[in-house]
Amino acid sequence: MMDGSEFVPLTLPPLVIATLAALACAGPGNFLLLRRQSLLGDAMAHVVLPGIVAAFLLTGSAAPGVMLAGALAAAALSSLLIEAIRRAARADAGAAMGATFTAMFASGVLLLEISGTSAMHLDVEHALYGSLEGLIWIDATGWASLTDPQALATLPPELPLLALVAAAILAALALFWRPLTIATFDEGFAATMGIPTRALSAGLTGLTALAAVAAFSAVGSILTIAMLVCPAATARLLTDSLPRQMLLSLAIAATTAILGTLAAGYLPLAMGLPFAVSAAGSIATLAGLFLALAAWIGPRRHRVAPSL
Amino acid sequence: MTDAFLSALFLQAGYNATLVSIGAALLGLATGSVGAFLTLRRRALASDAMAHATLPGIGLAFLAMAAHGGDGRNLAGLLLGAGLTAALGLFLLQRLTTRTRLPEDAAIGAVLSTFYGAGIVLLTVIQNLSLGRPAGLEGFLLGSTAGMLLSDAMLIAGGGAVILLILALLRRPLAMTAFDPDHARQMGVNTRATDTALLLLTLACVLLGLRVVGLILIVALLITPALTARLWSDRIGIVALLAGGIGAVAGHLGASLSLALPDLPTGPSIVLLVFAAFLASLLLAPGNGLFSRRRRTAPDPA
Repeated sequence: MMDGSEFVPLTLPPLVIATLAALACAGPGNFLLLRRQSLLGDAMAHVVLPGIVAAFLLTGSAAPGVMLAGALAAAALSSLLIEAIRRAARADAGAAMGATFTAMFASGVLLLEISGTSAMHLDVEHALYGSLEGLIWIDATGWASLTDPQALATLPPELPLLALVAAAILAALALFWRPLTIATFDEGFAATMGIPTRALSAGLTGLTALAAVAAFSAVGSILTIAMLVCPAATARLLTDSLPRQMLLSLAIAATTAILGTLAAGYLPLAMGLPFAVSAAGSIATLAGLFLALAAWIGPRRHRVAPSL
Repeated sequence: MTDAFLSALFLQAGYNATLVSIGAALLGLATGSVGAFLTLRRRALASDAMAHATLPGIGLAFLAMAAHGGDGRNLAGLLLGAGLTAALGLFLLQRLTTRTRLPEDAAIGAVLSTFYGAGIVLLTVIQNLSLGRPAGLEGFLLGSTAGMLLSDAMLIAGGGAVILLILALLRRPLAMTAFDPDHARQMGVNTRATDTALLLLTLACVLLGLRVVGLILIVALLITPALTARLWSDRIGIVALLAGGIGAVAGHLGASLSLALPDLPTGPSIVLLVFAAFLASLLLAPGNGLFSRRRRTAPDPA
């Protein structure tokens, strides 16, 4: 155990991948929460499926870049569709979103079923709750492999991809922090200051889609939704300051991902059950428990601050 | 395949299949009509949280029934468990939106993902304990008519009829609350009780829809027929009837398709049929349709 001969190849990659996915989602989640767009993440996580299936059917390739492009195209199409339905049917945002993402998810399932895309190693269940446990690092023999370039080259490709995406998303949020914050709290004021609010809003949608797409292929839609919503919501009940909320949400996301992966792998064993449970499900559950705790005793949980 | 579809469509595919497709049609009728009120009240996506919150209940009910030596896949038992956790999810959703400063959409997302995650954990436990085939449970994700028992179809059809009856009795307070809650209160309508009744009716639709449409897509049967019907009429009574009609036709067609092609999940077929009706209405509906709008905005000859 101490030499990591089991931990490094089997537990470490899912742990790191889950943490990276959690960070990539939790960052934009803070702005979505304040803009009352949290369910945009829900919609994105559903529309990714037809995007990647269609991309595979069109190109015959399951390379991460192709999947990413297909999913981003589906995300863009869905946000156009939501906007069109809102205008044409004069529907509220929630209903327009619900009609769009169910139809797109349904077409994704149908495409999968009729084309028999088994070559793609993707089925509906995989899409829903990912297969974190399957992302193992076969060539690792122990902690020493972490410094062995030959072994490092055989890391699951999801890991470097997610690291890149998470870094890009957090860098973009840091870079556009000021205009994004102003536009989120007071769009009218931001516009008078010459801040391109529509471009920022589209950019935030793009970042959300990127996070959802990258996380989806590794950890499934359920964990993507949980991480877009729960850490930011938890942090919001703990502090009034946006920078602090952002940092707290990232810390909560990483903690949840790490504890959730470990709990899924080791808790059933500790209870005498000879198997592991779904890591994505366990992380999502833990994220909700943290939120429940914050809603129960969080210092900033109330709608209006109690008067002194 | 075409023969199988046609015989299911015209209720000629045997007693069981006939009951399944009638059950699906009644479910679509009830869900579409309830959805008309729910969408008008702008609570459409609260039903998505409820639907996802059924999964841990399904898992727990399966474990409980299997532990007592029963058949883990008894539909009434599974629906009871699903109803309990969905009601808990709804309760927590209301608490989060009224007692904390989180907006409703974040609360919906949080309840949905947490309960669904817990459900997935329970499904992996069931799979690993090898308590019978969990395949029977995975049908609840996207719906399936394969292996549906006669008693299941009766339960769905009967439940749909009860929902429609209650909806008909409550249509006035529901409509008044949806249009203008303040005015409804002045007229002596108990709007809180009315809202609760609407959410309970929605919960009943979600539960009955689990077996046929599945928990991921049932929300489409509540929203999309309502949006479609509103393109054709502004009167809530007509919207509810139209939405119910669209839901019924889609339910029946989708179930017939799935009886002919057992590998095809029922949920996606029904949802795509409903969405096709929406797109067609968007183009064709008088007054609201894109064609008529273009006609109206055409330059005046004078």
